[in-house]
Amino acid sequence: MAAVTESAVSTPPSAEVRRTPSPYPNWFYLPAAIVFTVFYLFPTIASLFFSLTRWNFQSATFIGLANFVQFFHEQNLYQGLINTLIYGVMTSGLKVVLGLLLGMLLTSQIIARGYLRSVVFFPVLVSTVGVGITFTAMMHPTEGVINTTLAMFGIHGPGWLTDPHLALISVALVDVWKGVGLATVIYMAGLVSIPQDYYEAAAIDGATGWDRFWNITLPLVMPATTTVVILSLIGGLRSFDLIWAMTKGGPGFTSDVIASVIYKQYQAGFYGLSTAGNVVLFVVVSIIIVPLSWFLNRRQVEA
Amino acid sequence: MTSVMTRRPVLLTIAALALSTALATPSFADTTTLSFLIDNAPSTVAWANQLKTDFEAANPDIKIEIEQRPGGADGDNLIKTKLATGDMDDVFNYNSGSLFQQINPVQNLVDLSNEPWQANVLPSFKQVVTATDGTVRGAPFGAAMGGGILYNIPIYKKLGLSVPKTWDDFMANNAKIKAAGDVPVIQTFGDTWTSQLFVLSDYFNVQAADPSFAADYTANKAKYATTPAAMAGFQHQADVLKAGYLNDDYAAAKFEDGVKDVATGKGAQYPMLTFAISTIQTLAPDNLKDVGFFATPGTDASKNGVTVWEPAGLYIPASNKDHLDAAKKFVAFVASKPGCDSLNKAGGGTGPYLIKGCTLPADVPPAVSDLQSYFQSGDTNAPALEFLSPVKGPSLEQITVAVGSGITSPADGAAQYDDDVKKQAQQLGLPGW
Repeated sequence: MAAVTESAVSTPPSAEVRRTPSPYPNWFYLPAAIVFTVFYLFPTIASLFFSLTRWNFQSATFIGLANFVQFFHEQNLYQGLINTLIYGVMTSGLKVVLGLLLGMLLTSQIIARGYLRSVVFFPVLVSTVGVGITFTAMMHPTEGVINTTLAMFGIHGPGWLTDPHLALISVALVDVWKGVGLATVIYMAGLVSIPQDYYEAAAIDGATGWDRFWNITLPLVMPATTTVVILSLIGGLRSFDLIWAMTKGGPGFTSDVIASVIYKQYQAGFYGLSTAGNVVLFVVVSIIIVPLSWFLNRRQVEA
Repeated sequence: MTSVMTRRPVLLTIAALALSTALATPSFADTTTLSFLIDNAPSTVAWANQLKTDFEAANPDIKIEIEQRPGGADGDNLIKTKLATGDMDDVFNYNSGSLFQQINPVQNLVDLSNEPWQANVLPSFKQVVTATDGTVRGAPFGAAMGGGILYNIPIYKKLGLSVPKTWDDFMANNAKIKAAGDVPVIQTFGDTWTSQLFVLSDYFNVQAADPSFAADYTANKAKYATTPAAMAGFQHQADVLKAGYLNDDYAAAKFEDGVKDVATGKGAQYPMLTFAISTIQTLAPDNLKDVGFFATPGTDASKNGVTVWEPAGLYIPASNKDHLDAAKKFVAFVASKPGCDSLNKAGGGTGPYLIKGCTLPADVPPAVSDLQSYFQSGDTNAPALEFLSPVKGPSLEQITVAVGSGITSPADGAAQYDDDVKKQAQQLGLPGW
């Protein structure tokens, strides 16, 4: 009880923003606050500190901003940044387009709809590393099932994962295959929530299918689009597991993304440097996502 | 209230039971179980299994449990993380030389300087497992290796080729092999570590041209990009690609593919370490006599010799408090003649042993006798750079893949490696960087 009165007193009634009194006593927040401090707040502050040191888990030497300087001199970092953007935009864009199309297909009156819906979602449930290893075998330049199939039609298939120009795109396509199920489900939820009245009214006004899609479906499914774009872009920008399972950033450094560059520093025992890389990744993702989220949410309100 | 009362004794009983079993376990167990972490190369697995069998027969009270880890950079990561978190197995194998220095041996490994078997270990090995404080922290695990080119003897015989002493001879051989319709050079970038051999095994030639390279390199005075002899390794890699001498699937093939290909004649030559001979024994035993070995050729036929790799070390982590005696017994066994005999049985006799009294079996495969011929005189072999300098950059394998696939030019590759090395030297806190 004491806690309740204290909190009531500590909030001045003349606060500029009108706040509804908390329905819980303060101690109620304590477990979450402890978990938050120990597992989130402390590591965040610690990582900021360690990004300024050269450390080996046992001892750390303070070296100022040298790690950041070094990280930006990392020969493959520039390429990694570009690749990260390509990967993020490509996977996110394809997931939006394919997710919407599949969502429309799977909310229409087709046979075996329930079965087809689950089929689209299955790849989401499979382990990413498992998918990566499977596709690596399938994309083998001479023995993989993709190129041996192409060879039957007389096509000499490329080295999907070994051609420096193709490796990143191949991985991105696998990512889309694996992740499009989630986008589809989100779109299906968005599509079924559009009231049928609009379509009926549009039909009376003589709107074509294209008009209906463009003027009713697309604007009204915007909340779903926002969710899909944000989720898949964040996922794409910090994507690591699939790339590592399939190419390890190779051949050479051609399919490196920021996360794999960071991981390689960690792997080599440059713990301070890799922590600095994580801070950079955090900043990059924030710079892209925060304005994008603001922009998309604003449009959504207008719509 | 009653339910709480009745529940409490149950909990107490469970706790008491758990405690008593925990206390009682040691008295039940007459055997100690040692966990032994090894890399997953087929040859290492074969050696470890044979060592386990022979050691357990001699020490019935100790059981060995083998655990496998990946090789290459993934393995480095695992070892470093396990050591840093105090989660390392009771005994483990890992590279000697510069990679040994990177796992912080003074803090992480048990000091083995005063073990009685150290008297039988040759100084050249002790030197590469000596920590910065002068203590010896490891025992040799396996035989010394040569880095060079494994070649398919039937193809050489068929085309009447002789072992090349210079790079130009090597390229001339390649031209003839290609003209005959065979694949001259095998590369296996699917396992990125295998891409480093043209560069690393060229070190005999580097030191022949520039004897002070290792010292200058450690002191941040000599660079790969600006030392022509050191650049040659990167150049060679680009040369074989440009001439079209590589196997079709070089970008995706793996180490084991390369070993099989050179043994069965699908390819004529494979730049590799001689421990791969042991892998041939596992994967293609019928072709063991079809594979020979020669040193990576340089510019001068009169200075032809092999770059030598010390074997990996066997280490006990400082976190091993409970099974220290058993672990030391096992290490002592591996570093003894019975240990070498055990390795010989498993095909591990692929080069000179670093333990006095150890001998190779009488009928060694041709590649091993080829390697031995380089040890008959002192000036036809030299240690690899990683045993002379603690500096070895972690990204060499990606850089050599990039150079070997034509993504990066040899000059750029060498310069990138110089940058890579700098990070490592700084992390180790070496003076002059």
